[in-house]
Amino acid sequence: MSVELDVFVGNTTIMDEEVYQLWLDGYTVNDAVKVRMEGGVMDECEASKDVLLSDTMDQYRTFQMCERLLHSPAKLANQLLFQIPPHRQIMLIERYYAFDDTFVREVLGKKLSKGTKKDLDDISAKTSVTLKSCRRQFDNFKRVFKVVEELKGPLVENIRQHFLLSDKLARDYAAIVFFANNRFETGKRKLQYLSFQDFAFCAGQLISNWTVGAVDNMVEDMDVDLDKEFLQELKELKILITDKDLLDQHKSLVCTALRGKTKVFIEMEGSFKNLSRGLINIAAKLTNTKDVRDFFIDLVEKFIEPCRSDRWSAADMKLYLTHYTNSAHILDTFK
Amino acid sequence: MPGKLKAKIVAGRHLPVMDRASDLTDAFVEVKFGNTTFKTDVCPKSLNPQWNSEWFKFEVDDEDLQDEPLQITVLDHDTYSANDAIGKVYIDIDPLLYSEAASVISGWFPIYDTIHGIRGEINVIVKVELFNDLNRFRQSSCGVKFFCTTCIPQCYRATLVHGFVEELVVNEDPEYQWIDRIRTPRASNEARQRLISLMSGELQRKIGLKVLEMGGNAVVGYLQCFDLEGESGLVVRAIGTACTLDKLSSGSAPNTNTHMHPNTAPASNACNSPSKDGKEPVFVEDLPSSSGPPTPFRALPTSSSPPPFSPSKPCSRQSSSSDTDLSLTPKTGMGSGGSAGKEAGPLRTLLRQQTQTALEQRGASSSGLLLNAREFPFFTLTSFPPGFLLHVGGVVSARSVKLLDRIHNPALGNTRSYKLLDWNSVTADEPETRDAWWEEIRQEIKSHARALGCHAVVGYSESTSICEEVCILSASGTAAILNPRYMREGCLDIGCTDHRFEEPSPPNCGFCHIPYDELNMPFPAQLTYCYHCRRQKVPDVLFTTIDLPSEAAVAGKGCLIQARLCRLKKKAQGEANATAISNLLPFMEYELHTQLMNKLKLRSMNALFGLHIQISVGENMLLGLASATGVYLTALPAPGGIQIAGKTPGDLSSEHISSIQKRINDTIAVNKELYQINPPELAEEGVGSPIPEPRHRSRLFRSHSESSDELSELDLSHGKKDAFVLEIDDTDAVEDIHSLLIDAPPPTGFYSCNTENMPGISNWTSGVQMFTSVRVLRLSNANLTNQGLNKIFTDLCENLLKSFYFKLRSMIPCCLCHLNFTVAVPEEELIQVTVTAVAMTYDKEQTQEKTAEKPVNKGSLEAEEQLQFPLELCADSSSSNIQTASKISGVGESTNMSPRAASVDYGSFADRCSTWLELLRLKAHTIRRGSVKTSRRTQSLAHSVSSLERCSPLQEGRSRSLRSSRSFGGSSVTVVKMTPLSFLPGTRIIKYLGIINMFFIRETTSLREEGGVSGFLHSFIAEVFAMVRAHVAALGGNAVVSYSMKECVFMENPNKNQAQCLINVSGDAVICISETDQESSASTANTGQTGGSETDGAT
Repeated sequence: MSVELDVFVGNTTIMDEEVYQLWLDGYTVNDAVKVRMEGGVMDECEASKDVLLSDTMDQYRTFQMCERLLHSPAKLANQLLFQIPPHRQIMLIERYYAFDDTFVREVLGKKLSKGTKKDLDDISAKTSVTLKSCRRQFDNFKRVFKVVEELKGPLVENIRQHFLLSDKLARDYAAIVFFANNRFETGKRKLQYLSFQDFAFCAGQLISNWTVGAVDNMVEDMDVDLDKEFLQELKELKILITDKDLLDQHKSLVCTALRGKTKVFIEMEGSFKNLSRGLINIAAKLTNTKDVRDFFIDLVEKFIEPCRSDRWSAADMKLYLTHYTNSAHILDTFK
Repeated sequence: MPGKLKAKIVAGRHLPVMDRASDLTDAFVEVKFGNTTFKTDVCPKSLNPQWNSEWFKFEVDDEDLQDEPLQITVLDHDTYSANDAIGKVYIDIDPLLYSEAASVISGWFPIYDTIHGIRGEINVIVKVELFNDLNRFRQSSCGVKFFCTTCIPQCYRATLVHGFVEELVVNEDPEYQWIDRIRTPRASNEARQRLISLMSGELQRKIGLKVLEMGGNAVVGYLQCFDLEGESGLVVRAIGTACTLDKLSSGSAPNTNTHMHPNTAPASNACNSPSKDGKEPVFVEDLPSSSGPPTPFRALPTSSSPPPFSPSKPCSRQSSSSDTDLSLTPKTGMGSGGSAGKEAGPLRTLLRQQTQTALEQRGASSSGLLLNAREFPFFTLTSFPPGFLLHVGGVVSARSVKLLDRIHNPALGNTRSYKLLDWNSVTADEPETRDAWWEEIRQEIKSHARALGCHAVVGYSESTSICEEVCILSASGTAAILNPRYMREGCLDIGCTDHRFEEPSPPNCGFCHIPYDELNMPFPAQLTYCYHCRRQKVPDVLFTTIDLPSEAAVAGKGCLIQARLCRLKKKAQGEANATAISNLLPFMEYELHTQLMNKLKLRSMNALFGLHIQISVGENMLLGLASATGVYLTALPAPGGIQIAGKTPGDLSSEHISSIQKRINDTIAVNKELYQINPPELAEEGVGSPIPEPRHRSRLFRSHSESSDELSELDLSHGKKDAFVLEIDDTDAVEDIHSLLIDAPPPTGFYSCNTENMPGISNWTSGVQMFTSVRVLRLSNANLTNQGLNKIFTDLCENLLKSFYFKLRSMIPCCLCHLNFTVAVPEEELIQVTVTAVAMTYDKEQTQEKTAEKPVNKGSLEAEEQLQFPLELCADSSSSNIQTASKISGVGESTNMSPRAASVDYGSFADRCSTWLELLRLKAHTIRRGSVKTSRRTQSLAHSVSSLERCSPLQEGRSRSLRSSRSFGGSSVTVVKMTPLSFLPGTRIIKYLGIINMFFIRETTSLREEGGVSGFLHSFIAEVFAMVRAHVAALGGNAVVSYSMKECVFMENPNKNQAQCLINVSGDAVICISETDQESSASTANTGQTGGSETDGAT
């Protein structure tokens, strides 16, 4: 005796958020049932394991049928197959496009290609995110990337409109797309201490300051690529380290401003030339794609690590950079 | 004649990719109506084409408008090869044909393909311009409105109820035509869909014609069914109640009571129908409209009016006594009928004749307005305006086992096209047989009602179960006495006159009063004086197929009660098979009733409403499922408990028995608590001994093998105990008792019922979730016993309910209403259960007050039926008639007349003086007394015959106040709510847009890829919902009420990776608005829809 067929279809599609999450997390039906049993739903309605199993299967089927629609969320609103209240639609989309920071950290800056996809099982093992979930997340990145790649206008806004995501999630996706597009290297051991959110912040800064869109909002190209002209212009900064006078002048301006404001002043003063050289060299090389990829690793090696070894605090760093920038503006060359 | 149909194709969206190379589609559209086809331009390389076509105009007869659907086919243009079809949309334009309904159909329709399911959507606009046509010989019936709702629709009032209308049409099933071997599955499915669409259109048109002839303008309680008879063809049949409805000006409608009142009239049939006046018109009407040939014969037996079939086909008569005797229809004849049946048959007929003549005589004088009386005084309605229903006699039902015969239809040849709907020449033979079958059954029902002293049958429905060549036809309803005033005076606005009736029988208990006479009870029931008015007798238990009348006084809440049963049978062919089945039927019905009765007692309730008994036949087993809503009527005596007794003391230890007894007592106590049954303490003045339950029943409890003679003996011994006794004398009995206790009560916060109204709950809030669930179980073990099967089947049903509770837990407090279970045995080892129901949230706080109020409601009586029968009961009931019948030769006539006479007179005089009424009753009693004596003789015979018939009611409740709600989410798609009820809580229906009646086939050859059988069916059901919603939205509606899934036939062949499913759904498309402006409280988490929140006075 066995249940051959078992379906339950509501006029309004019934979806349990908890089961949805389990599905998204890539649990098999049986595992999901176990989790639910442990979660205590059974007591709620005097349900048995069979009931739970049947319910879970139904929901899984529903989600699978919905998945196609979730790939282009705009369709969800005007499809006729499922009657889903708007607030639930939003929930469905938001959760479907949500991702694990640990996972995304692994693929950040990698090419969203078949090759990477093949490595997902390793990533899955490493991050203990199920392979199924990894695939969904990876495919989401890829899908968003593909759609946005072709579009004009601001990146975040495009993502938000096309995928009906919340602002926060749209920004994260913008970061992912931006990193993937520029292939920033983030996987080196020295970069491991940085979280996805750290990179996302950087991405946000880069997008709003270093891209074409940043300069002229609605013009043709978009936010995905760094502004080539700007990178070219960065070369001119070299004068700050090649011209001895300028270097000294700059240093004295910065040191004057910093004196007495930080505990590590001595170290700052001592390493100024090295640090400045490091920064400027990184900036000047950015016209090379290869060097763009190494942007973060270079930054860490040439700038952050020396500072850290001198025990700068975050506030020190901020202070230093602020004055470093401001002082440069005062120099005659840059007036 | 004519009308002009205009269609415009606007755009498409979400089309599938048809050209792999470009990932795009070059779509164009063909629009076809009748034989005319138009095409749009090709919209190249787009998945969201904009055609914006011109208006395609079809000039057609209105007859065609009614029969034909508009067919829209979306294709992919292919330069070098044949164009590929993407999918189709069939649009039923019937709703555009009534003046008040929709004026335009416009919206996005899913493009449906029978192999791939929904493939994108298409935006279409359809309009109809009708020219007036005064031709009285017209074949169309445009303008007759159809409602699935089984009560008077919310924004209408009935000025006249004309009575029963029925029709059936037959055709060959395209799936079984030779051509099916060479065409694609898609072509075959589409042929079938189209044929059925045509047939339902035609059926509706023909019924419409009948209604027009009767002078009505609407059909309420329209119930259309398909019989897929396989090789022998396809039958589409429908029944309904013809009415004259007046639209209430908007705004005046909301009050249910007001508009209920006015509706009246119908019952004309009631007393007279049997009479001549009633009959003849019927023949006339039947003639032109129904399938030709049969009628002439009927017309012959003019005045003496024995049931029409008796003279012309004496042989088929036996079958009419329902299940027992099977009549192998076509030629096989009656040889195999049960012996009892045979004897009974003639007697019955005689009886019928007698009563009819008697009535005619009486009726003739008083028949002024009875013109509307029909041959069958049946009403498919399940809830009535107050004052309409006087008394309820009980459930009447009839079953008959038939052998299907192949259609021999040389005229058709092999190459039949769908156009063969030309009835006169083509399929004339067929409908005749089917008509005759149903005719027999209806006659049977009518005579049962008569035996209960009732002149009408309400809550009437018909159904079939087919397995290979065997077909069980079933009909059931509730015998009732309707208010004769309505019959006479037609459409009086009653209001004031009501009171007279209330006096004799107060509103909240009147319907419980027995319509028959206590000295000549049709079955052995224990009568007591009504616990409400103390004036009239009521039975101890009442079973009905209708909804609980709104004014009925109840204590506590109701609950769903189900009896489930499996019976193995040997595989057999043809006649032998039919005989085997018909032999099993009585036992099944008997056991179902016993189970129902026990479960009712276990819940400490005393009445069942919405009783629906389904018996399904499979190759090696029969399945029986009886569902009803139990309730405690305060007018009836409190049910006694259940007592367990060992048959022989030595058999089982008394400890064991007492432990069982304890469990039972505990269960009863728990249930009382659960359903809040605290009937007002009536001083137990000696109203009558509280219902002693006949002891015999207990024995019958598991007496499948006992002979009927024994039973009838037992029937006579009424124990005077007030508890129901179950004796335990073998392990089976123990099993049975255990199974009684298996039914788990719904978890806290849930209630369930299968009627429109949940007894005891009326303060609905806005959460509404309609759902369909299908479960198929494979029995792997071939050596199952009946007991084992029963257990499996019971568990299946129970588990389904548990699943529902679990899934809908976020709606708590909530009630599952209109739980409609359908069982089938699709293959040898498979059991399929399909359930459609609606979960509705209610306000817990208000429950109490509301219930208190309820009984006080305006009065008028509704009849409820009394439940009678555990089998034996019926046996007796029939026996009483038969006795009379047997006697007829001599004294008989007077006896026969009396019951009927009573009702007739009652009606006519009641108007003037209630005391007369009593007089009359007395008279009736005395007359009948004579017949009582004779009763013994025929008892055994009677038993075997009639038990079967009467005891199987089936009817589902539907009901009364309609409301619906809707609300829009932010999405671009209109939210369409669906409910099997006739109302949506918190809203008011302002317009009925027409009937939705859709038939879909879905087939797959890649079952695994679609997620197996469950995945396949899941998406198909979702697609069906989507298509229904789209059609409703296109009509401008926002809800479907009285929704039902009539058919869900699922077939699979996993080895070939194939499956096929047929689904037929129907309902009424409506526009409803929130009843108040109260903020729409968001629906429960699950349903998510919002709607006006409001408590619903749902009375």
